[in-house]
Amino acid sequence: MNKQAPFHGGLTLTAHKHVSPIIESHLPKELIYPLLQRADNYATPCIKQGDHVLKGQVIAQANNSLCTPIHAASSGTIKTIAPHMIAHPSNLEDDCIIISTDGLDESLPYSPCPNYQQETREQLLSKIQQAGISGLGGAVFPTANKLSTPKNIQTLIINGAECEPYISCDESLVLQQAEQIIQGTLILQHLLQAENCLIAIEDNMQQAAEALQKAIRTHPSIQLKKVPSIYPIGGEKQLIQALTGHKIPAQSLPAEQGFICQNIGTTHAIYQAIILGCPLTERIITVTGKGVVQTQNIRSRIGTPIKDLIKQAGGYNNSVKNLIMGGPMMGIALSTDEIAVTKASNCILVTSINEQSNHSPEMPCIRCGDCASVCPAELLPQQLLWYGRSKQLEQCQDHQLFSCIECGCCDLVCPSHIPLVQQFRATKSAITLKNKHAAQAQLAKKRFQNQQKRRDKQEQELLAKAEKRKATIEKMKAASLARKKKP
Amino acid sequence: MLLLCLLFILLGLVLGYAAYYLKVAEDPIVEKIDALLPQTQCGQCKYPGCKPYAQAIAQGEADINQCPPGGEQTITALANLLGIESKALNTEFGEIKAPAVAFIIEQDCIGCVKCIPPCPVDAILGASKQMHTVISAECTGCELCIAPCPVDCIIMVTQKNKPTHWQWSTAHE
Repeated sequence: MNKQAPFHGGLTLTAHKHVSPIIESHLPKELIYPLLQRADNYATPCIKQGDHVLKGQVIAQANNSLCTPIHAASSGTIKTIAPHMIAHPSNLEDDCIIISTDGLDESLPYSPCPNYQQETREQLLSKIQQAGISGLGGAVFPTANKLSTPKNIQTLIINGAECEPYISCDESLVLQQAEQIIQGTLILQHLLQAENCLIAIEDNMQQAAEALQKAIRTHPSIQLKKVPSIYPIGGEKQLIQALTGHKIPAQSLPAEQGFICQNIGTTHAIYQAIILGCPLTERIITVTGKGVVQTQNIRSRIGTPIKDLIKQAGGYNNSVKNLIMGGPMMGIALSTDEIAVTKASNCILVTSINEQSNHSPEMPCIRCGDCASVCPAELLPQQLLWYGRSKQLEQCQDHQLFSCIECGCCDLVCPSHIPLVQQFRATKSAITLKNKHAAQAQLAKKRFQNQQKRRDKQEQELLAKAEKRKATIEKMKAASLARKKKP
Repeated sequence: MLLLCLLFILLGLVLGYAAYYLKVAEDPIVEKIDALLPQTQCGQCKYPGCKPYAQAIAQGEADINQCPPGGEQTITALANLLGIESKALNTEFGEIKAPAVAFIIEQDCIGCVKCIPPCPVDAILGASKQMHTVISAECTGCELCIAPCPVDCIIMVTQKNKPTHWQWSTAHE
């Protein structure tokens, strides 16, 4: 619990950050691209096995605005489109495009657009979508979709509050590319026509603050704001509240209240997509933890297998325990380093057996309420646990389960070591599945009813026809009888 | 007295109006039961569809444990709705199976159209002497198309274990 927190709850965590300068990644032998994007959305491959592709070429198309196109990060041949392990909590295989790189790194020609002010809003949004940009903070929501809100945006917030321990990819990017990030910010400000523009960084990022201060000197429209380093201040709603005092209600999006947050990395990708014309094919990834020899911030091609990045960080040391994609609080455990990094991968964390783990045996809930006092979404985790375990799904929804950002604060403070977030994730997926089944049942019911209606109609038509024929026959009979009688 | 009579007449009219215009077309409990059934329209309960089964439950003719596709969840939901004790599925009506959809082995299909009328949700596409196929997104997995096929070219395919079908489990499960 933190008394100074500018939002409800939160925790002050040991940072474990080592902001090493960015190094370039080596070209891997293979690049692997899962077709599965955010949630249930798949991209559709537009190449086939054996095709030669160039860097920046689209290899899979987006089917809707919840999906982004995938671009090859280097030149080579399409080895196969087949199931491969993907970075997903299920640790299951799914269809991936695998490119064998040819080492030439030939690129498609890019079409730069330095005068973005002359482009329309739609043109800029289309460029952002075509460049495959999605939120690089880890949620990978398509950026063009987020920006194309019909609401009037007053405040643009560039989120540099990298609150999770160990992760330093955004901070290292600021140190190297502050100027470009500001250019990206100006593009976003132009696109949204936002009155205010704030760049938020944590108060312990001294060097980054200096670099940004220097870069914004000539741009009075942008303000640099420091926020206390309290986890999870990098959450959208928490950051907005910390910066402006404005509380975004549950079940409401920041855009509905006139705010839009964009991650620093995303802002940099927008600069590259608009000014230089190059699609999103690389991102900064922090490779860290006590299980690797040296912490590194690596500019890696998206699709690079994790094992190649580990090699660049000096390899594993003898005490390696777990491989985690993302940070220690919200990351997912992976079963193999054959998995490739995606647009969502901000960090590869390798834990060590020497580190303390909080996996003590679970005890019953003593209803101490510590979880509720640290919850940044102002939920009642103990109540949600109770409802979730007894499968009272409606009660869970009434208690705003879907506002849970799965930050893990409640897990960390729970004196009974109850895996609360895991329970919440399970309950969320049970509710989603239930809704999916209900929708399917509704569809089946409708189709069944339509079929019955159609068949009833057909039957009635047949009956009517038979009646008509009967009537005609009767008539003819009567006529012939009449004829017979006449003579 | 007159005032009272007038009031009675007025209230009578209001009640008459309500009875005529606001009347409930159908027994609401049938709708509520029907909403809990999986709508596979498979007929395993021995009724010709989910709605008739719902009607039978409402009239006390059928028990709540005759729906294998709904399984334990449906039985619990029905028991909660009707305020009765939940019970195990009556296996006379079938066993609980993993969700599956019908699939037509295309090279074996002779285009006889015999599978098309039994499908309760019009999920089979085909014409006489043309190859048929199942629209898998619409298929409820009722298996009613399997028996009529003279060449046994329809099989049931269970869902592949894909990340999108995967679910978080709790430490307790």
